[in-house]
This record gives sequence, C-alpha cells and structure tokens, in this order.
Amino acid sequence: MEERKPLSEHEKVIEINGLYKSFGNYHVLRGVDLELYKRENLVVLGKSGTGKSVLIKIVVGLLTPDRGEVKVLNQHVDQITYKELLALRLKVGFSFQNSALYDSMTVRENLIFPLVRNQRKLTKGEITSAVEEMLDAVGLLHTINQMPSELSGGQRKRIGIARTLILRPEIMLYDEPTAGLDPITCLEINNLINEVQERFHTSSIIITHDLTCAKAVGNRVAMLLDGKFERQGTFEDVFNTSDDRVKPFYDYNFIQ
Amino acid sequence: MEIKDEVKSPGKISRTFITLYDVFQFMGRFFKEGFLPPYEGKELMKQCYDIGYRSLALISLTGFITGIVFTKQSRPSLSEFGATSWLPSLVGIALLRTLAPLLTSLIAAGKVGSSIGAELGSMRVTEQIDAMEVSATNPFKFLVTTRVLASTITIPILTFYTAMVGMLGALLNVSLSEGTSAKAFFQSSLESITFLDITASTIKAVIFGFTIGMVGCYQGYNSSKGTEGVGKAANSAVVIGMFLIFIEEVVSVQFFGLFRT
Ligand SMILES: Nc1ncnc2c1ncn2[C@@H]1O[C@H](COP(=O)(O)OP(=O)(O)OP(=O)(O)O)[C@@H](O)[C@H]1O
Ligand SMILES: [Mg+2]
Repeated sequence: MEERKPLSEHEKVIEINGLYKSFGNYHVLRGVDLELYKRENLVVLGKSGTGKSVLIKIVVGLLTPDRGEVKVLNQHVDQITYKELLALRLKVGFSFQNSALYDSMTVRENLIFPLVRNQRKLTKGEITSAVEEMLDAVGLLHTINQMPSELSGGQRKRIGIARTLILRPEIMLYDEPTAGLDPITCLEINNLINEVQERFHTSSIIITHDLTCAKAVGNRVAMLLDGKFERQGTFEDVFNTSDDRVKPFYDYNFIQ
Repeated sequence: MEIKDEVKSPGKISRTFITLYDVFQFMGRFFKEGFLPPYEGKELMKQCYDIGYRSLALISLTGFITGIVFTKQSRPSLSEFGATSWLPSLVGIALLRTLAPLLTSLIAAGKVGSSIGAELGSMRVTEQIDAMEVSATNPFKFLVTTRVLASTITIPILTFYTAMVGMLGALLNVSLSEGTSAKAFFQSSLESITFLDITASTIKAVIFGFTIGMVGCYQGYNSSKGTEGVGKAANSAVVIGMFLIFIEEVVSVQFFGLFRT
C-alpha cells in the first residue's frame, strides 16, 4: 500500500475553531479545532457517541453550534442566510451513516432528485447520462431501476455516495462509509473514496471505526477524545502512544 | 428543532405556547413558500391521486350507507305529519350541509392524516429529510407544501362525491318505499339546496382538508427520532386532526348560521 501524506501546504477548505455543542446537559463537543486542507482525505476516529456525526452535521448546517467558529470554503456556516447556505451545501456532499436513500423512489429517481432541483436547465438526455455515469462510477449501473429496499447495505452506501457526487461537490463528508460491511466490500468502498478524491478533486472527511480503511484512504488522521481532537497527524503520529483511550482502537483492529 | 439551554424545562403552559408558536411558524412557511416557484407539480398530482385513491372505497361505502340509513330513520318523524314527500329535500340538505363534509373529513383524517404522519415521520427518522436538506433542495416544499395543497384540493371534491353517493343511497331507499322516480327525487332535493349551502360546504371542506394535511405534515415533519416517533406522529395526526375538525364544524355552523334566516 502506498504511503499517503498530509497535504497541509494546501489551502484550508474547512476551518473549525473552539466549537462547542451540547444537548441539554450532555456536552458532546467541547472545544473542537479542526482543519481540512484542499484535496486531502482526513480520517476522523472516535468512540461511538463522541459526536463525530454531530460534528459533520454542524459543518453542513443541519445542527447549529452553541459556540465557536465553523468556516467552510471561507464562509461562516452559522452566519450566512438560508440562500447562501443552500449554495454552500451544493459544494459539500454528505453521505449519511445509514445511507438515507429516499425509499419511495427508485435508484434512478434518487439520483435525479437533487440534480434536477439544482440544475433546472438540464435536458432529459443530459440527466440520463449524468445519472448513468455516476452509477457506473460506483459500479451499480445495473441497479438503476431497483428500489432502495431491494439493495444490500453496501449497495445502499454506494448509491448514497453516488447521489451525493452527482452534484459535483468540492468537499465530501462520509459518515462511516464501511460500517457493517464485509472486508471485500470495505475494500471496494475504500477504493471508491480514493477514486473520488482523484477523479473529482474533492477534499474529504471520512468518519470511521475501521483502521484498515483509515490507513487506506487517509492522508491525515484526527481522533476525537472527550469532545476535542487531542491527537492529529499521520497514522503513526496518532497511534504511537500508550494512551488508554487510543491504544484499544489499534489493538482491536490489528492485534487479535 | 432543539430547545436552547435557557428554557431548560418549560412548564406545561409555556410548552403549549412554544408548540403554538411552532405551529404558526410552520403554517407561515407553507404560505410563504407554497406559492413561489419552482413548483412541485408532478408531486402535487401524485399526492392528489394518492389521497383520492386511498379514501375512495371507504368514503363510497360510508356515504351510500349513510344515505340509506338517514332516510330510513327520518321517515317515521316525517310521516307523522304526512310529510314523507319532504324526504328528498331533507336528506339532500343534511347530506350537503353537514354529513358529507364531516364524514369525508373524518375518514380522511383517519386514512390520509395518519399515512402522511407516518410517511413523513419515517422520512425524518431515517434522515431522508436531512438528506434532502443537505443536497440543497427544499424538503418542505417537496413534502409539506404538496401534501397540504393536495388535501386542501381533494377533500372538497371528495365531499361532493360523498354527497352524491349518499343521495344515491337515499334514492334507493325512497324509490323502494315510496316508489319515487329518480327524476322527481333529484328535482325536489336539488330545489331546496341553495347557493349558500354549496358555498358554505365548499369553504368548510377546504378548511377541513387544509387541517388534515397540515396536522399530518406537522406531526410527521417534526416527529422525534426513533421508531416510536413514527407511530406517535401517525397517531397524533389522527387524534388532533379529528379534534380540530369537530371544533371547526361547530364554529362554522355558528358562522354560516349568521347568513341563514
Ligand atoms: N439531535 C440530537 N438531539 C439530542 N442528542 C443528540 C442529537 N444528535 C446527537 N445527539 C447525541 O450526541 C451524542 C453524539 O452523537 P453522534 O451521532 O455524533 O455520535 P457518533 O460519534 O457519530 O457515534 P457513532 O459512532 O455511534 O455514530 C450522542 O450521545 C447522541 O445521543
Ligand atoms: Mg455517527
């Protein structure tokens, strides 16, 4: 496996400073600082319930932060108008942990849905070829007329990614793209994530528990511990420690 | 929608006001966004068709039976005065003014309201609404506006359909008992129906339809996460919908009574 290097010399596309978020008395994020550099794949690790999904939901404005600064493509997410937020969301793709496919629509309609509502001038032919190209890119062209309920978990994940990519985002946020999948499908998804990075020049945040995936796709790794990113850097930087909160992650994945 | 820290545990009364405020905001959003392009015409047609299709069988059956039963039950009191010839006009007025709007809306509140609540609720729970949101589309417009408009349009049509079917039931009963011809039956029943009756029923049905769509959508769209949220959304869509329909019925009887002398 080739060594993937940090791209910190590139410009920043996401900048988070001193971010706090609580739900009632439960303080999930407590002073998160994070940068995402252009064209980089940043892997975010962390125990279940530490607020990884909450973090990227704040990035796309699905949740509002209590305190702190969230800049995406040089815009403050919590200070812009709804219209500006929509324009920004066009540039940020979000792949949900549970795929969130529209279950009353076929795969084709799932992909068409965001496309026609954002690019009203497309002809029928252009729409069809965009949909087919994207399904081909995730290797699922043959499922085009199926309903989401007829797909497997891994296929749903990939359709979810295709539906996001069809808007040609500059930033991709993957929420546990390989969770619950067999090793072979995981490899396919890892390859897909890397292919997306190369082909569409995206910068991505990948949330995962799977260190094989982290190693395969990440230029840089950040670990969410007790509401903050205490450890960031290359894979080795993060795991070269005796910290009890970090070691089990590594041990579980590689020493059995 | 999160409630900020300042209002940690609002009391019952302030919670009611928070909910009311929320409801009005939701309705405001419907009026603000509903009539601005781009329109979701295709989805609107689909919803209209769905609503009609879902309730048609039950409405036909209920309307027909109500027509028969109501006629049968009214006959003894009228015949005491030797006035059975008034049956067609009595049934016609009762059906059009009250029975048809109320029956149709209550059935629709059960069938349509609950399925809107459950559908939107499960879309909320499985993050499909969030997915629309992050793909820069407007889920409110696609999901809520279309459904509210569809039920506002469809319920009045169904109401007149119910009245028609009810009249057929009444006709069946009358022609069997009194041997009245269809022509004579419709002549005498339509004669007594005024323009005000038709207008009032239409307005009422529009309000009922709007209520059903709005309550179903509000409950589903704001349903809490988790599977039980879906059930709750569907259930309260029916209960609250029916409750509001009864209140609206009482108010509108009073209101339109002002125009009748
Ligand atoms: N909308 C919400 N309302 C209330 N609490 C929430 C909400 N969203 C998340 N939480 C809470 O925030 C915490 C973090 O949730 P989050 O989904 O971000 O975890 P996660 O790190 O993604 O975990 P996992 O790896 O299991 O997906 C959880 O304990 C959850 O209960
Ligand atoms: Mg998560």
